[in-house]
Amino acid sequence: MVQQLGLLPMGWLMLALLAMLASGGFFVGRVQAERFSGAGAARTHSRPNYHGYYVAMWTFVPALIVALGYGLLGDGIVRSMLASELPANFTDMPRVELDVYLNSVARAAYHHGYTGADRVFSAIMNRFLELQGLVKVATIGLALVCAAGGFLLARRRVAPEFRARNRVEGGIEIFLFLCAAIAIATTIGIVASLLYESLRFFAEVPFWDFLFGTRWNAQTSAEFGALPLFFGTFMIALIAMLIAAPVGLFAAIYLSEYAGPKVRGWVKPILEILAGIPTVVYGFFALLVVAPAIRSVAIWINTTLISAGLASEPLLAAQPTSALAAGLVMGIMVIPFVSSLSDDVINAVPQTLRDAAYAMGATKSETVKHVVLPAALPGIIASLLLAVSRAIGETMIVVMAAGQRARISADPTADLTTITVQIVALLTGETEFDSPKTLSAFALGLVLFVITLFFNLIALRVVQKYREKYD
Amino acid sequence: MTDVAPDPFRNEKALRRLKKRRAADARFRLYGLSAIAFALLALSVLVASIGFQAISAATYHKLRFDIVLDPAVIAPKGNDTPAEISRNVDGFYTLIRSNLEATFPEADEDRMASRQLGELVTRLAVLPTAKWVAENPTQIGQTATIKVPLNDDLDLYLKGAVSKEFRLRLGDISAVAETAPRQVLLTGAGAFKALESLIAVQRQEVGDAVDARSTLVSSGTAMGRVTSLSTDTLEMTLLTGSASDFRTGRPMARMIALPESQRNVSDLQIAWTLALKDMGRISRVPHTSLLTHTDSTYPELAGALAAIVGSLLTMMVTAFIAIPIGIFASVYLEEFAPRNRLTEIIEVNINNLAAVPSIVFGLLGAAVFLGFFGLPRSAPLVGGLVLALLTLPTIIIASRAALKSVPPSIRAAALGVGASKMQSVFHHVLPVAGPGIFTGAILGMARALGETAPLLLIGMVAFVADVPTGPTDESTALPVLVYSWSTNAERAWEPMTAAVIVILLLFLVTMNGIVVLLRRRFERRW
Repeated sequence: MVQQLGLLPMGWLMLALLAMLASGGFFVGRVQAERFSGAGAARTHSRPNYHGYYVAMWTFVPALIVALGYGLLGDGIVRSMLASELPANFTDMPRVELDVYLNSVARAAYHHGYTGADRVFSAIMNRFLELQGLVKVATIGLALVCAAGGFLLARRRVAPEFRARNRVEGGIEIFLFLCAAIAIATTIGIVASLLYESLRFFAEVPFWDFLFGTRWNAQTSAEFGALPLFFGTFMIALIAMLIAAPVGLFAAIYLSEYAGPKVRGWVKPILEILAGIPTVVYGFFALLVVAPAIRSVAIWINTTLISAGLASEPLLAAQPTSALAAGLVMGIMVIPFVSSLSDDVINAVPQTLRDAAYAMGATKSETVKHVVLPAALPGIIASLLLAVSRAIGETMIVVMAAGQRARISADPTADLTTITVQIVALLTGETEFDSPKTLSAFALGLVLFVITLFFNLIALRVVQKYREKYD
Repeated sequence: MTDVAPDPFRNEKALRRLKKRRAADARFRLYGLSAIAFALLALSVLVASIGFQAISAATYHKLRFDIVLDPAVIAPKGNDTPAEISRNVDGFYTLIRSNLEATFPEADEDRMASRQLGELVTRLAVLPTAKWVAENPTQIGQTATIKVPLNDDLDLYLKGAVSKEFRLRLGDISAVAETAPRQVLLTGAGAFKALESLIAVQRQEVGDAVDARSTLVSSGTAMGRVTSLSTDTLEMTLLTGSASDFRTGRPMARMIALPESQRNVSDLQIAWTLALKDMGRISRVPHTSLLTHTDSTYPELAGALAAIVGSLLTMMVTAFIAIPIGIFASVYLEEFAPRNRLTEIIEVNINNLAAVPSIVFGLLGAAVFLGFFGLPRSAPLVGGLVLALLTLPTIIIASRAALKSVPPSIRAAALGVGASKMQSVFHHVLPVAGPGIFTGAILGMARALGETAPLLLIGMVAFVADVPTGPTDESTALPVLVYSWSTNAERAWEPMTAAVIVILLLFLVTMNGIVVLLRRRFERRW
């Protein structure tokens, strides 16, 4: 019986329950309010609907909190209850293995049942269903009790002079604020989780060894010197910016100063397509087209140099995946980030400045170089900083086209690895949250977060200052 | 008779300087043009290279079998349940196998050839047939026509993607002699002159490497590999068919540029495939299994269905969370927030979050949703939650812009007739800003649909063989499928990956198309 309860579809059930509670609350509140407003005897502050909303709010919200709590914690509670009852040979298992085992128990319980011969497994499955049933019934009970409490409290207040509308609107405003505050909660969540896991990592690996060590070998042995990763990240970002900065900037200048409205109307959206293409597509492009092309060019340079007697051995590494391939494609990806923001700031430069320059006999290019660009410089710098931050944090292109080898090499045709590549490499597959290997991914994530935050903050600040100047 | 004072702006030096300045201006303009040309070129190369690959995956080759569904093989027990029949891959594969062996008896002679014959069709390719028979048990014992996908490498060969190939027609054959078992001598006056000169030209281009290449001669369904050649005679080892097939007509010769040792398809397999094609048993059909199959380790059997459904489930979770919260948050910030320190912090926060690398959100998901709350790995629920947090800033920023563009007169009018602040916002401002907010929401969803990195970190990269049915099932997503297929070694995955990219881009184009339409339809200037 309890086991059957374990199969209750809680999601739909809770949804139905909440809907019922809310509509029931609304109905009761409204009917009660109509009784005194319908007669027209008393002058009521709020329309009957608002009294309904008020009661509904107080019935619905407590139950909603219970439901959300169950959604986030319910499964975890059942699992830890089950785990504490398991015999010792289970509790001695590493956490990941236990999780995998419990996952298979849950799958068997919910989806296809278990008919095999493993009696321990079927016993655990039955107990799992029992515990699920208990927790589910308890949740429903708790939700009903809370809703009833709220309902009674709210119903007592319904009266002609009660300011139900103001209360309801106050409630809505609190809800709106909570929605906006999720942004803060997200940031706190990011910082807290990165810091927490990183601190655990730095308890095992000294901070300075991590930051300035030159040997990175997290997968096989415990070498956590992240300098080669920082080098690879900046090298690839540098190559990307060498492409994106001139192309993006000149494209922005041409579009805002030279191009007619028709060309502009066509080219600007096409450039923005570049920003809308998923990065995994760029990664595939780098892997399929750019990396082999760069490799064959590098091999050609090697053989030409050797046959010309200028070198005795191959000069370039000519790897199948290379920093140059990743950087080049990333540069293409970043172009629209530079061009569209630069275009905005160049357009924001007042026309009077240009007219003054033309009046002095300056050509268009002189006006741009000596008047418009200096005036737009802060905004342009901000756009470049945002682009750098985007390039540093970009993941898929480097995962697919930059390689896995951690080393410091100035040869752009060699494969390099980056912070993001290593985070992906460390955290895909079965992850165990206690090994320094996975914890190091969070330390790398923290570094990445701090670096990009630094660039973003400066850029946003500069943009803000700049806007104030010309607004 | 007055001296004209020399015009200080029109002397030679000034004119030269002016010319230089104009040249500089033209150069500057050219830089701008070439920057745009570079960006457009990069975009078109990207689209063309992926489109070209994807087109080759739009069709594939299927091999037709007319076989008797022998109950002794596919239902050996006599009273097999449908489930047992549908699992009996071995039985169905045996049927196909023996059909191929009957068609090409020469494969019996050595084990190598027999193994190669088996590779023409992947074992698991019979699974749909097995399911079909299990659902229609009356078919057992009947003759059925079934079509199964050809092995991926042979499919690539037929599409011309394995190697460059030189083809030419030989002259008339006057005599055919079988000098030893499976050794055939063709004679014909000057019949092989063209082939000889082709080899000579190739020898000039690639040197002795030409000797490692296979030259195959075929007539009808028979094919042999050339062992020696002169202008009037040609000796070859018969691969399939019989010597008598060469008696009529002019044989076709093909030289394959890639030596046999460097490709995944042997000469023998090519001979069989071409013979089957000549029999009309191989047809090129639209690659619908790309949309109806789930992932597989064999490229010809793999499809993106599970990933498409996974992506849709993930997007649903994201939309249900991010869109309402984003709208409410922007309404608060734009209409209700008091100008104080807390509001300022929230605003700076949102702007910063919009620029935080997506992989950091993946770390957040791994640590908080998986580690702390213990939600299931690889589930669209967690993927959707992470992507919701990721797109929230985008949606908030776009919605705020839409709310900002609503003129204050609308608010004032609502307040003037006695509406409360809340009523003016929800009854008047929000409906007017609706299309703009909806546009921003779709753009946010489009960004979420293309995200890969955060999903990798929460385990959505797993090999998923079943279509997920709910947000807590193990699942993957379209961009993640692109990533995992692109890491597979076999050549056939390249066009498949490109095809998945095209599916993904079609979704994105549709979403952006909706945005453009909405903007056209509802854009209003106040």
